[in-house]
Amino acid sequence: MTIHELTIHQLHDLLAKKEVTAREVTEALYNRIRVVEGQVQAYLMLTEEEAYRQADAVDQKIRRGEAIGELEGIPIGLKDILCTEGIQTTCGSKILKGYIPFYDATVIKKLKEKGTIFLGKLNMDEFAMGSSTENSGFQITRNPWDLKCIPGGSSGGSAAAVAADECIAAVGTDTGGSIRQPASCCGVVGLKPTYGRVSRYGLIAFASSLDQVGPITKDVEDCAILLGGISGFDPMDSTSVNIEVPDYKSFLIKNIKGIRIGIPKEYFIEGMDEDVEKSVQGAIDLLSQSGAEIRSISLPHTPYAVAVYYILCTAEASSNLARYDGVKYGFRSNHYDDLLEMYSRTRAEGFGKEVKRRIILGTYVLSAGYYDAYYRKASQVRTLMREDFRKAFEEVEVIVTPTAPTPAFQIGEKVEDPLQMYLSDILTIPVNLAGIPALSLPCGFSRKGLPIGLQIMGKHFDEGTVLRVAYTFEQSTDYHLKKPPIT
Amino acid sequence: MKMDIEKVARLARINLSEEEKKTFGNQLEQILLHMEQLNRLDTSGVEPTSHAIPVVNVFREDEVRSSTPREKILNTSPAQEEGHFKVPRIIE
Repeated sequence: MTIHELTIHQLHDLLAKKEVTAREVTEALYNRIRVVEGQVQAYLMLTEEEAYRQADAVDQKIRRGEAIGELEGIPIGLKDILCTEGIQTTCGSKILKGYIPFYDATVIKKLKEKGTIFLGKLNMDEFAMGSSTENSGFQITRNPWDLKCIPGGSSGGSAAAVAADECIAAVGTDTGGSIRQPASCCGVVGLKPTYGRVSRYGLIAFASSLDQVGPITKDVEDCAILLGGISGFDPMDSTSVNIEVPDYKSFLIKNIKGIRIGIPKEYFIEGMDEDVEKSVQGAIDLLSQSGAEIRSISLPHTPYAVAVYYILCTAEASSNLARYDGVKYGFRSNHYDDLLEMYSRTRAEGFGKEVKRRIILGTYVLSAGYYDAYYRKASQVRTLMREDFRKAFEEVEVIVTPTAPTPAFQIGEKVEDPLQMYLSDILTIPVNLAGIPALSLPCGFSRKGLPIGLQIMGKHFDEGTVLRVAYTFEQSTDYHLKKPPIT
Repeated sequence: MKMDIEKVARLARINLSEEEKKTFGNQLEQILLHMEQLNRLDTSGVEPTSHAIPVVNVFREDEVRSSTPREKILNTSPAQEEGHFKVPRIIE
């Protein structure tokens, strides 16, 4: 087996047994990147010098005979939304071109301390606003399974890079599905942890009450390992929650006998792709045969999710993105006479279409006279949606649904129709509104050979049971072992 | 509901082109129409949720710590002078 195709746990064994060095592993990944990156275009920047320095430090430690941790010497990719000290961080936006943070995000700091190697920064929709990565201010990332298709978004670069073996794993972020939907489109595993599980310090904010950092990996075991590596309370993030981080690997048990799984009827919506419905039904049957108890449940406010989400997230974005004014960071327009013009020209030239659209919408729903009709109303319906989940979780331990209503769509297909693009998030959004954890893993392929994702949602801070169900499903199937046709 | 896009763009400090005003105007109208379905729900007496995991009164110990040096912060700025962010003249 070639090095770049390996998982975190496989590589860790080889490194610990001294069968391969971290430098060799890093070289193998950069070689792979050179071969396929021209087609995929997942990376915005490679950080080779720093990566080899990190690799050599791990190799020295191994040579000294010291034991290494599971993430030590493992080359991963980072979504370009996470601040990296001394390394340009753009958030996919021209307005942050040239911005070099003077500090590391907590997630980056934790991974550095664990000896993880960073290969580079991955493409994304500008400020994580999008479901296709077509809103990147820099380049279009392509789906390794079909280069005419989108990789999903906003963590499209991260999911595509993992699928194309351009990194062993990646870190993404998820505000309304931005980890799970690209994982589904690219046939990899992606987890959005419970809100508060992972620190948001140094994560460039889009919608602060919804944003969460999480792993994108080749299998469920890697997901558990990387989740353990980034989780935990952080005094620098006042919304991070001080609950002990369990050993997530202890939940990797191939046994779900007696586990109650809810299937919400509202998630099997009109317009759902036939292949998706068939694969997900097959997955539910398999879970049932594995001993789980399948129950039909109802989450009655699901049809309102898109409306609630796009009011709240644009409102939060309009406030969060006010800081990009040409004064403190990155880009400033050259065309202005006074301060006000400097602001509005800088923002006109620095932001892309979708970001402008969302800032305008968010400003509108918060403006005098409209606040109650939109923002307050949406916040109230959010309460009703949380209640839906609370009631459902009295009956069941996890909830299983499709991750997205369709497999990856074609590049350009929805770019002129933002409402259609927003509606493609309908099955992932409710999870963020409720703050619960959810994972997507491969559960089949469409007739055209595109991956299909299964979403597993859990109770607040119960990532463990989600991982257990996912692991049991994965170990009974071989979808995760299939590789895209890219060479 | 009809949005006065020029006014909103002014509030948001974004200079929109004529073409953007037109396309955004149409697209946002459609999106707002979709959002109006929320009015079908009776939410009287429902508490709004602003954070899914309620946390209140987050305090830390009042300890003296070093802060980020001013130079480091200014270095990310497109224009600086004598230890300050530099912007066009504000007061005549």
